[in-house]
Amino acid sequence: MKNFSFMRLSLWFYLAIFFAYLLGPLVIMSVTAFNSPGFPRMTPWECLTFEWFGALFSDERILNGIWNSILVGFGTVILSVSMGLAGALMLTQIWPKLRATYYTVIIAPILIPGVVLGISTLVFWDRINRMLGLGADSFLSNGLFLTIIGQSTFIASYCMLVLVARLQRYDIALTEAALDLGATHAQAFRKVLLPFMKPAIASAAVLAFLASFENYNTTTFTFGEYPTLTIELAQKVRYGITPAISALAFIIVVLTVFAALANEANLRRKELVAKARKEATVEELSSGRIRMPGFLSSNWAAVALVVVACATVVVVGTATVYSPQQCIADVQEQKRLETEERINELRRQRDLRRQQQQEAEQGNAAEPNQSQPTGNNSGFGNVFAPSALSGEEEEASEAEEAPSGNNSGFGNVFDPGSLNSGQDN
Amino acid sequence: MSAGVGVDLENLWIRFGDFVAVRDANVNINGGDFFSFLGPSGCGKTTILRAVSGFLEPSDGRVLIGGNNMKGIGPNKRPTALIFQNLALFPLMKIWENITFSMEIRGASAKERRKRADELLDMIALPGQGDKLPSELSGGQRQRVAIARALCAEPDVLLLDEPLSALDLKLRQHMRTELREIQQRVGITFIYITHDQGEALTMSDNIAVMKAGVIDQIADGKTIYNDPSTAFAASFVGENNVFRGKVKRVMGNEALIETNRSGDLVARISSANQGRMKEGEDAMMFIRPEAFTLAPEGASGDHFVTAKVNHEEFEGNAFNIFMEGEGGKELKVSIPNLGQSFEDHTGQNITLEYETNNAVCVPAGELAAE
Repeated sequence: MKNFSFMRLSLWFYLAIFFAYLLGPLVIMSVTAFNSPGFPRMTPWECLTFEWFGALFSDERILNGIWNSILVGFGTVILSVSMGLAGALMLTQIWPKLRATYYTVIIAPILIPGVVLGISTLVFWDRINRMLGLGADSFLSNGLFLTIIGQSTFIASYCMLVLVARLQRYDIALTEAALDLGATHAQAFRKVLLPFMKPAIASAAVLAFLASFENYNTTTFTFGEYPTLTIELAQKVRYGITPAISALAFIIVVLTVFAALANEANLRRKELVAKARKEATVEELSSGRIRMPGFLSSNWAAVALVVVACATVVVVGTATVYSPQQCIADVQEQKRLETEERINELRRQRDLRRQQQQEAEQGNAAEPNQSQPTGNNSGFGNVFAPSALSGEEEEASEAEEAPSGNNSGFGNVFDPGSLNSGQDN
Repeated sequence: MSAGVGVDLENLWIRFGDFVAVRDANVNINGGDFFSFLGPSGCGKTTILRAVSGFLEPSDGRVLIGGNNMKGIGPNKRPTALIFQNLALFPLMKIWENITFSMEIRGASAKERRKRADELLDMIALPGQGDKLPSELSGGQRQRVAIARALCAEPDVLLLDEPLSALDLKLRQHMRTELREIQQRVGITFIYITHDQGEALTMSDNIAVMKAGVIDQIADGKTIYNDPSTAFAASFVGENNVFRGKVKRVMGNEALIETNRSGDLVARISSANQGRMKEGEDAMMFIRPEAFTLAPEGASGDHFVTAKVNHEEFEGNAFNIFMEGEGGKELKVSIPNLGQSFEDHTGQNITLEYETNNAVCVPAGELAAE
């Protein structure tokens, strides 16, 4: 019995670790979006702030990147889902002996590195562009076009895999029945096959959009005049990041949670409706007086959806009236006091040392002066320090010499004061 | 009945690579007939149906519907409607949408469609079920919906591909009657595919018996049962006892067969083979279990069979006697139960008598597998 409970305990422990590993980074990133320091960090907690969302929405480049990502995403969805559907249909119709070969060929783009796809897309369409004698500003060298084409080369294969799975459960007799009842091939496709494929097409479209949205390594070669969000983020990170990016991550996480809950709630509702229909009598069905289950009844996903929606409304409402200025001012005041104290401390030490020196000189026992090593021995140098370029906090940390209590794995790399203190020496 | 549109198959050959699925089929189906293709599975009857409905192009020969050659005309242009073996109801459409799919194709309004669907639902005795999905109906109900959907297209010829095979026995027997009634009401030609001789015999005006791509015999049910033209037709349709042997003497419509085990027996030559059976040739003789009567002991002659009884059983309406027969196959005899006393014969030799008219002989040929 004891053994058993130990097993259970370790199972829960394992699950906790697993989910911490899975979701921990997201949680930390989300929290940093609400903390006021200029570099995304969770501790020390300074002030609750929504300013990073404001900063995000006033960042032209990020907004433009999101817009481009959405454009590319929609283009990719349309192109890859239609190519994937065509490929899947072909796979079910092709001569059986060729099927394995065809499958390999059509799956190959998934196995090819995205970088290679990006370069080859660029080179290929550039060749075609030149062959047609078009200039550098032609449609074929447009970044949007190239990115959509480049991403679709492999995203279409993903779509095909999703669609083939559904298509394998399709009874070809249904198409034959439609033909037999007078439908043309196009009508049979539109009225029978397409409705059957609709759920798979929806999944394939979502998959394609997400794959396109997060793609970096293919896009990096093809984006041209249309940098997508991933490109913009990568370029931004080069100059140090701010919690505005955490804010973006948080928004994406919330949207994902919304979509997942809405989907789950919808599925549950369909199940419940099907059950109600099955139990309904003929009279109820024909009179339309069938008692449908309420939206929230026995549907945890719908309840969760409503709760999350309410929470979002509350947070947004709070954000519009909440002002962290007082808190930030307090924190700054506190910092200033701390700094002053430290300066005083240092002065005292210096005076003390000078006294000692004088005493030593007086006592003719001159010893070499030992200077304290300050420093920064990280490989990154000070690249990531947000103030590396601004240097506006210079005055505040003027006399900062002693390392402030930062024991993070990065050493002092991210300490905004470290650069200045280095200069001061 | 000649109101409907007839279907003719002329020298129809269908090959898949080297495999010949249908070999030189010549069938003449009258308009308004209930016509069945009867044969074991894999004999090519579904292939014929697909050629008629237009899903398959014949390798050779012609399919005529109402006298018109159907070559190059697709399934959606032919005046036929097919009821699939698995019914192939559209799973995502409601029943009324399923039934009136052909009207939707023709561009009818939803209101018209709904009205027609309600009429047809009344006809198939499923009133008010139009808003359900196919998955919400039982097997027999789906069956009837499939029929209604095919009839809604107002075909000249309705093709049915073993539509009852998925139903349980009771429902199958009920649907037989119902199908026959519907056919008589709408008056169009039905072409029915089955491996169940009971279905073929009860419903059909005419039956074509098929074996491995070849049509053995086309006739009405009574003729096929009583006057089979081949050994296959005789052994496939209904229960039959076979006696192998050689023709000893031909006497007009009758022949004396020298059987391998039971001596010389006399039998009627089936009408298709009259004048074609020669003395000394291999022949087969068939006698139905119910055609025998018990003869007094010791009786002998050219219409008496004597054999040892293996076992007996009482079936309610009949006593079945199983006797030693040819090639390990038992000879079955059914004596109708009319309340007479019946003693156990197990292990004894008994003598049976039959009327010459009830024994039919045909040239030796392949028998149907059990």
